[in-house]
Amino acid sequence: MRRARQIAMAALALLLGAFAVVALAQPPVTRSSAAVEVRPEIAALESQVSRLDEGPELFEQSCSSCHGFEGEGVEGQAPSLKHAGEAAADFYLRTGRMPLGQVGDEPLRGEPRFGDKEIEALDAYVGSLGEGPAIPKVEPSQGSVSEGMRLFTESCAGCHGIGGKGGVAIGGYAPPLGEATPAEVGEAIRVGPYLMPRFSEGTISPAEVNSIARYVELTQNPEDAGGFGIGHIGPVPEGLVAWFAAVAAVLLVARLIGERLGGSRADDEAEEPR
Amino acid sequence: MPMTTRRVLRTVESRTGGSGALTKALRYVFPDHWTFLFGEVAMYSFLILVATGTYLALFFEPSTAHVVYHGTYAPLRGTEMTKAYASALNLSFEVQAGLLIRQVHHWAADVFLAAITVHLLRIFFTGAFRRPRDINYYVGLTMLVLAVVEGYVGYSLLDDLLSGMGLAIGNAVALSVPLVGGQFGVLLWGGRFPGTPDFLSRLFFVHVFVLPILIATLMAIHLALVARPHHSQFRGRRQKEGNVIGTPMWPAYALRSLGLFFATAAVLFLLGGLVQINPIWQWGPYEPWLGTNGAQPDWYLGWLIGALRLMPHFDIVIGDYTLIPNPFWGGVLFPGAVFGFLYLWPTIERRWSGDRRPHNLLDRPRDNPTRTAIGAAVFTLVVTVFFAGAADRAFVQFGVSYEFQLWMYRALAMLLPVVVFFATRATCRHLRDRGGHPARDSGARLVERPREASRPLSRPARGYEPRGTETAPEGDARPTGTTKEE
Ligand code: HEC
Ligand code: HEC
Repeated sequence: MRRARQIAMAALALLLGAFAVVALAQPPVTRSSAAVEVRPEIAALESQVSRLDEGPELFEQSCSSCHGFEGEGVEGQAPSLKHAGEAAADFYLRTGRMPLGQVGDEPLRGEPRFGDKEIEALDAYVGSLGEGPAIPKVEPSQGSVSEGMRLFTESCAGCHGIGGKGGVAIGGYAPPLGEATPAEVGEAIRVGPYLMPRFSEGTISPAEVNSIARYVELTQNPEDAGGFGIGHIGPVPEGLVAWFAAVAAVLLVARLIGERLGGSRADDEAEEPR
Repeated sequence: MPMTTRRVLRTVESRTGGSGALTKALRYVFPDHWTFLFGEVAMYSFLILVATGTYLALFFEPSTAHVVYHGTYAPLRGTEMTKAYASALNLSFEVQAGLLIRQVHHWAADVFLAAITVHLLRIFFTGAFRRPRDINYYVGLTMLVLAVVEGYVGYSLLDDLLSGMGLAIGNAVALSVPLVGGQFGVLLWGGRFPGTPDFLSRLFFVHVFVLPILIATLMAIHLALVARPHHSQFRGRRQKEGNVIGTPMWPAYALRSLGLFFATAAVLFLLGGLVQINPIWQWGPYEPWLGTNGAQPDWYLGWLIGALRLMPHFDIVIGDYTLIPNPFWGGVLFPGAVFGFLYLWPTIERRWSGDRRPHNLLDRPRDNPTRTAIGAAVFTLVVTVFFAGAADRAFVQFGVSYEFQLWMYRALAMLLPVVVFFATRATCRHLRDRGGHPARDSGARLVERPREASRPLSRPARGYEPRGTETAPEGDARPTGTTKEE
């Protein structure tokens, strides 16, 4: 009985520990449950419009309710897209941030709602509305990863974390960059979505963008010379492992050898006066 | 004692003149309880820390001179960094077994602090801090404080991005001490943050010499003060204030303890080899103008980060002189209060209960419901604040709003301890009055049975034939044979 319970307890402790570690090592919850709900309508809409292959019409159908028919913006709903540029349209559409589910929502990454063709058409349309940044050409292979790391530490780590794992930004959420493609990195730098500052070519040159994109690729697949990466976010999961794996295991050993299981055996018991 | 042992003993003692002392030491009796091993886990972790640390010190260069890195780790090649950080990178990538030893060292530090914490909880909740062990309790607490500082200093040495930010926070906390903070900071850092180039070599000296020697000395005193009045023990059939009953040092206990050492070493080396800890090459070098979101200290400082986070943003300002800057509350006052409580508790309890007698028999937690409840409440407070330290991670991982978490933790930090206090006290009282062990003897009652009857039962093998007449009527299989279903 007692032994069985001990083994059960041991198993439970190990399981809990493993669970804690796994929970932290998981990629963060994707926050697109709202997007999943509206999917059917959108899918229907998509098949209906895919034939048109025309930016203005797509825009009218999916975007104008918030951004206005000419992309001029609607007071209190959505900003004007006059100077958003192709870069912004491409970034918001490819990361699934637009069309926004509801006015007032924080634009978060999700499944893109349009295919490549539609996105290109929309990009071109939004780009034609005024003067905005064009889609930057990003070639990570041309960049230097050490320069990228330095630039990233200086300009980006304050929000996204040095490992690109995201964090609390003043007033909101700086997302992890685990899924960002090199093109999105370049666009984000030029567009400055939401709370993120916009960096001009004077601040971060196109060559430097290549380096940063290359470094972001490294953070997506870091070199784990030391073994399991446990989330690559440093001490928090390390503390969990220390307590729930190491300390739990050692205490279990103490429990097993610390007392003579099965009670006192007279032959190796001794008594001393104090 | 076996023959060989006796002969070796005689040989050694006849040549060293330590007549009888060794024999006595080998007969020293350790009371049996698994919770008495927590301190040993801490001690063995410390041994492993010293051993691995010695190896690391052979290769680490505590210098802030700048070099350009040309080592094995490609992504940092061509980057300018301090020699300290470069040598830590080389330790991780070029030195034989360097990364393994570095990781074992770091895991051992985490486990060392955890083992001390668990040990402290055991001591507190069993009342082992009472006379004649109160002085030793203070020695133990002091070792805990030193160990926390030692861990922090070690983390800070490597001069990677996280360690540099840790030092920046430490500097802000040091400067926040009212009136003397500024001078204090200058004294430690040799100037404004990040300090003079000497700072790092001083830090190194403190980490590899001053603090380890202090801890080792205190540990020796700790052990001597444990052995002097002999170990405390739980109340039992034969366990009295005036005796110790348990396993003698040689051979039984020594081997058991050796087993624990090997288990500790095995766990630490397994982790060191398999699970990555503090991958400094992923953090990059530190410069005072750099920082990263989500920097965290090792777990044993997590409760201070939590306190810094939870404290609302306000300073105490007189005119335009900031008397008490904000980091003081979380970084100095809170740990000061927690350790103050721990240091003062034996005195408080003595005054409050009027019990000034020495105690060799331990309390079970339920035997003293008020002490247990107060301890549990303080512990709950610290743990709550500790979790608040990881609020930013919880936000990214689970999407719970950061502001909401702060307010939740603030509320919990005030409510939970009170709830836990009353719940613990009620549970303890209930258990004490019922008399059973909560986990083991559910529904059973402890009944004394004559020792003669139970003794043969415990070893039925070895050709002993129970005669049947002396055994308990309902053939109870429990070896100690003292329970009876109600
Ligand atoms: C439910 C309302 C809504 C819908 C529908 C919507 N948007 Fe938006 N959009 C917004 C809001 C609100 C913002 C501002 C978000 C922010 O602060 O980052 C925004 C921002 C943008 C931006 C960035 C503007 C800038 O200056 O950086 C682009 C580009 C954009 N939307 C494109 C689109 C496109 C293309 C569509 C259609 C596929 C679309 N949006 C549909 C509400 C909407
Ligand atoms: C002030 C904080 C801040 C800084 C500094 C910052 N970012 Fe961001 N970044 C954000 C926020 C907030 C978002 C989310 C925008 C949104 O949801 O619309 C974001 C989004 C992104 C994304 C899109 C991620 C995704 O998966 O959709 C990329 C890529 C990105 N940032 C790259 C960078 C790079 C590269 C730098 C440095 C040059 C940088 N950021 C600097 C705050 C910041």
